[in-house]
Amino acid sequence: MAKGVVIVVGAGIVGAACADACARAGYEVTVCEAAGIGGGATAAGMGHLVVMDDSEAQFALTDRSQRLWRTLAPKLPAAAEFASSGTIWVAADAEEMTAVEQKHAYYGERGIETTILDAAALAREEPNLRGGLAGGLLVASDCVVYPPVAAEFLLERSGATIKMGEPVVALGQGEVRFRSGAALQADVIVNAAGMAAGRLTPGLPIRARKGHLLITDRYPGWVRHQLVELGYLKSAHSQDGDSVAFNAQPRPTGQVLIGSSRQFGVTDAAVDRAMLARMLRRAEQYMPALAGLSAIRTWTGVRAATPDGLPLIGPAREDATVLVASGHEGLGITTALVTGELIAAILTGGASAIPPEPYLPTRFQETEAYGHHG
Amino acid sequence: MVITVDGQPVEVQRGVSVAAAVSAAKGYTRRSVCGEARGPLCGMGICFECRVTIDGHAQQRSCQIPAAAGMQIATEVVIERPAASVGHGRRAADVVVVGAGPAGLAAATAVVRGGQRAILIDDNPAVGGQIWRAGGVPVAPSIELHCQTRVVDQPAPGVLRAENPDGIIDFSYRKLVLATGARERFLPFPGWTLPRVLGAGGLQAMVKAGLPIAGKRVVVAGTGPLLPLVAAYLRQHGAKIIAIAEQQQAPLLMKFLSALPPKKILELMKMAPALAGVPVWSSTWPAEAYAGGVTLNRWGKLKKIACDYVACGFHLIPNTELARMLGCAMQNGCVVVNERQETNVADVYCAGEPTGVGGVELAEAEGAIAGTAAAGQGPSKKLLKQRERYRRFADRLDEVCALRPELRDLPRADTVVCRCEDVTYGQLTAQPDTRAAKLLTRCGMGPCQARVCGPACEFLLGWSAPAVRPPVFPARVAAFSASASRE
Ligand SMILES: Cc1cc2nc3c(=O)[nH]c(=O)nc-3n(C[C@H](O)[C@H](O)[C@H](O)COP(=O)(O)OP(=O)(O)OC[C@H]3O[C@@H](n4cnc5c(N)ncnc54)[C@H](O)[C@@H]3O)c2cc1C
Ligand SMILES: Cc1cc2nc3c(=O)[nH]c(=O)nc-3n(C[C@H](O)[C@H](O)[C@H](O)COP(=O)(O)OP(=O)(O)OC[C@H]3O[C@@H](n4cnc5c(N)ncnc54)[C@H](O)[C@@H]3O)c2cc1C
Ligand code: FES
Repeated sequence: MAKGVVIVVGAGIVGAACADACARAGYEVTVCEAAGIGGGATAAGMGHLVVMDDSEAQFALTDRSQRLWRTLAPKLPAAAEFASSGTIWVAADAEEMTAVEQKHAYYGERGIETTILDAAALAREEPNLRGGLAGGLLVASDCVVYPPVAAEFLLERSGATIKMGEPVVALGQGEVRFRSGAALQADVIVNAAGMAAGRLTPGLPIRARKGHLLITDRYPGWVRHQLVELGYLKSAHSQDGDSVAFNAQPRPTGQVLIGSSRQFGVTDAAVDRAMLARMLRRAEQYMPALAGLSAIRTWTGVRAATPDGLPLIGPAREDATVLVASGHEGLGITTALVTGELIAAILTGGASAIPPEPYLPTRFQETEAYGHHG
Repeated sequence: MVITVDGQPVEVQRGVSVAAAVSAAKGYTRRSVCGEARGPLCGMGICFECRVTIDGHAQQRSCQIPAAAGMQIATEVVIERPAASVGHGRRAADVVVVGAGPAGLAAATAVVRGGQRAILIDDNPAVGGQIWRAGGVPVAPSIELHCQTRVVDQPAPGVLRAENPDGIIDFSYRKLVLATGARERFLPFPGWTLPRVLGAGGLQAMVKAGLPIAGKRVVVAGTGPLLPLVAAYLRQHGAKIIAIAEQQQAPLLMKFLSALPPKKILELMKMAPALAGVPVWSSTWPAEAYAGGVTLNRWGKLKKIACDYVACGFHLIPNTELARMLGCAMQNGCVVVNERQETNVADVYCAGEPTGVGGVELAEAEGAIAGTAAAGQGPSKKLLKQRERYRRFADRLDEVCALRPELRDLPRADTVVCRCEDVTYGQLTAQPDTRAAKLLTRCGMGPCQARVCGPACEFLLGWSAPAVRPPVFPARVAAFSASASRE
C-alpha cells in the first residue's frame, strides 16, 4: 500500500529527483509536465556538479547533493555522460591567489581535498590557458553530467505515472487543475515547475536570470577540467546588472561548453549577440585559442533566482498540501538530488541529512520580498 | 604536388579537394562517434562526414577546401594549435546575394545591370552552385565576389556575418537576396554509412573535385531527375554504371516525361547517348549496402549487385536555415515569396530552390526577378513567363519525386539515422518528437545541425524540422566574440 499520493508538477531535473525520492519513500507518484522531460532550464544548463563555498548553507546543500550524485553515478546510463573531471578555479593574479588559499582552507576544514596549483602546474593541467595566469585551485571531486538524460533516468526509476503535454494551470488544496479543466487529486503536490513555480504558487520570490552558452565541435582533451575564473563568484553574486565570467566545461563527448552570462529579468529565449560576444571575449581572455575552435551551436536558458541565492524547498505558505521545489538558480543540477531528499524527509516527517531550515520558502515570510514579487 | 595524409606522402593534382584526396588515399575521411570509418556523403559542405585535421586545425570540412602543396592532413582529431589571429573584415553593398548558383548569379547580375553595387557570397571554392560546380562560370567584373565564404549569422539588423579561411567578414546590405539552393535528401538504410555510399549529387561533386572514378562500378539509386544526370556525368568520366534504380513507379515516370518542357526534352535527348545500354529500373530501391556491393529491392525481389560505389539520393530539399533564422515565413518546407520574390521580412528576397525545388531555369528566372526587384526595378514579361512555366514543371517534379511509403521500412533498429552522433533508428522510435529526440538521444545535435538526419526523421517519423539556432553553419568561436558593426 502506498503511503499516499504525490503529484509532482514539472519534469525538469528537480521534479525528476523529487519524483524519485518520493517514490522511494513509498508514495504513489504522478508527474505532470507541460512540454517534455528535462525541457526547461534542465535542457539548457551546463551540468557542472560543483561544491560551492559562498555560505554554510550553500556548502551543505551542494556537498550533500554531490555525494548523492557520486553514489548514483554507477547506475546512470552511459548517455547521462557522468564524468569526474574536477574543477579548476583559475586565479588571474596574486590577489585571486589569496582567494585560492582561502578556498583551499575552507574546503579542507570540511573534508574536501583540493590542490593548489601554481602557474606552472596550472599550465601543465590546462595547456590551452594563456600564459601569465597566477595559478588555481583543483577540486578533483567535482563532476559533470548531461542533465536531460539524468532526469529521464530518475523519472523512469521512480516508476511514476507521467502525464505529458498539458500544462497545469492551478494547484493547491490537494488538487492540480489542467488547462482542459480536468483535475487530479493528491495528498501532496510538489511544485517543481522551475521558472513557472512562481505563477503556480504566487508570492514566491523568484526572478529570471538568463544565461548564454556556446558549444564547440569535438576536440577531445582540449580542456580537461571544468575551468571557472575566480571572478565568477563576483558575477554570480552580483544582484543587479549584467555580468559575464569565464567558464569552460569539457563534455565527455570531447566538446567544449562555454559560459557564462547572467542577465536579470530577461526571459526571451533569443541569443543576445552583444551579450554572447561579451561572454566569449571574456573566455578568450583566458583561452585565446578558443577563438579558432568550431562552434556548432549557441543557446540560452533561464535560471530561477532567489534574493539570497538559495533554493526554495519546503511547504508553501498557507497550504499544507503544497511543497515548493524551485529557485535553484545556477546550481539546480547539482542540488536536485538533495532537493528530492529534503522533500521526501518533509513528506515522511523523517530526519534529513542536512538541516532544511535555510531553504524553507517561509524564510522570506517576514521580508518584503515574499509576497511582493511573483 | 604532394600532401601528407596520416603521415604518408600522397601525390595529388592541383584543384583537387582535400576530401577527394583523402578519400582516394584512405578510403575514408573520419571515424564516427562509435568508431566507424566514414567518408563524404554530400560532397557539398553540409554533411560534415569529411571533417579532418588540416595543418593542426581539427574538424575542417575537407570537401570545401582545395588541397595545397605541403598540407598535413590527419583523419584523427589532432589537438588544435593556438589559432593564428582571426581577421575581421567589413564590406558593404546595396545588395548582398547569398549563394552563387544559377539563382544567385542571375540575381547579382541583375543588380549590377540595374546600376547598383552587388556582393555575391558562396561557401564553395568557385561560383556555379551545385550544377556548375566545377567552375569556369563567367561573372560580371563589377560584382564583388567572395568564394569559400559562408554566411553563419546575423549579428545585427542589416548585417550578415560570414566566415572564410582568413577570418570573419561582416557584410552590410540595404537589400538581401537569399539564393542558398538545395541539398540532397538522404534516407537511411542498412549500410548507408559505409564510406563508399554517397549521395548521387554527392558522388558527382566529389568527382568534380577530383575523386578518380574511371573504371569504377557504380550503382545510382534513389529518386529524381538528378539520377540520370549523375549517371551520365559519371559515365562520361569513365565510370561503369551498373544500373539506375529509381524508386518511383514506371507509369508516373512516363507521365512526367511526357509533360516535360521542350528545353528539358532537348536536354534529355542530348543525354540519351551517354546512358545508352544502362539499365534503368523503376520501383527499385536500395535495401542494404555492404562492403563491395548493394542489395536492391526490385519489384519486391532482392537482388545483390557488386559495385565500388553506391550513389544514392532521394531528390532535393531546399536549404532554408538562413531564411528561417532571419524570420522568413515558411510553407511546406519552402520560403514564402510574393511576385517580386520578396519574403515577409523587409528587404529580404529569396530565389531558386529555397522557394521550391524547380531546377536551373526556374532558379535563374527567380534570381533575375529578385535581383531586378532588389535594384528597385520591375522584371520583364519574359522573365515572369519563364518563371510561370517552370513553376508548373516544379509542381510535376514534386509529384514524380514523392517518396513511396515502403521506404519507411528501410532502416532496421540498429541502422544509424543521425550520422553525426550515431543515433540509431531504434533509439528514435522510442521518442515522441524532434525535441525529445534531440535532448535524450543527441539526434540532430551534431555539426550538420540535422541537415542530414532532420529530413530523414521528417519522412520516417513525421517529425517537424528542428528549430534553427545560430550559427547557420558551424563557425569559429571568433564569429561570435567579435562585436557587430556596420561598415
Ligand atoms: C545557462 C545555464 C547554465 C547552468 N549551469 C548549471 C551548472 O553547471 N550546474 C548546475 O547545477 N546548474 C546549472 N544551471 C541551473 C540548472 O539548469 C537549473 O537550476 C535546473 O535545471 C532547474 O531545474 P528545474 O527542474 O527546477 O527546472 P526546469 O528544468 O525548468 O523544469 C521545470 C519543468 O516544469 C515544466 N513546467 C513549467 N510550467 C509548467 C506547468 N504549468 N505545468 C506543467 N509543467 C510545467 C517545464 O516545462 C519544465 O520542464 C544552469 C542554468 C542555466 C540557464
Ligand atoms: C548535389 C546536387 C547536384 C546537382 N546536380 C545537377 C546537375 O548535374 N544538373 C542539373 O541540371 N541540376 C543539378 N542539380 C540541381 C541544380 O543545382 C538546381 O536546379 C539549381 O542549381 C538551383 O540553383 P540555385 O541557385 O537555387 O542553387 P544552388 O546551385 O544549389 O546554389 C546555392 C549556393 O548557395 C551556397 N550557399 C548556401 N548556403 C550558403 C551560406 N550560408 N553561405 C554561403 N553560401 C551558401 C551554396 O554553396 C551553393 O553554391 C543539383 C543539385 C544538387 C543539390
Ligand atoms: S546527421 Fe548531423 S546532426 Fe544528425
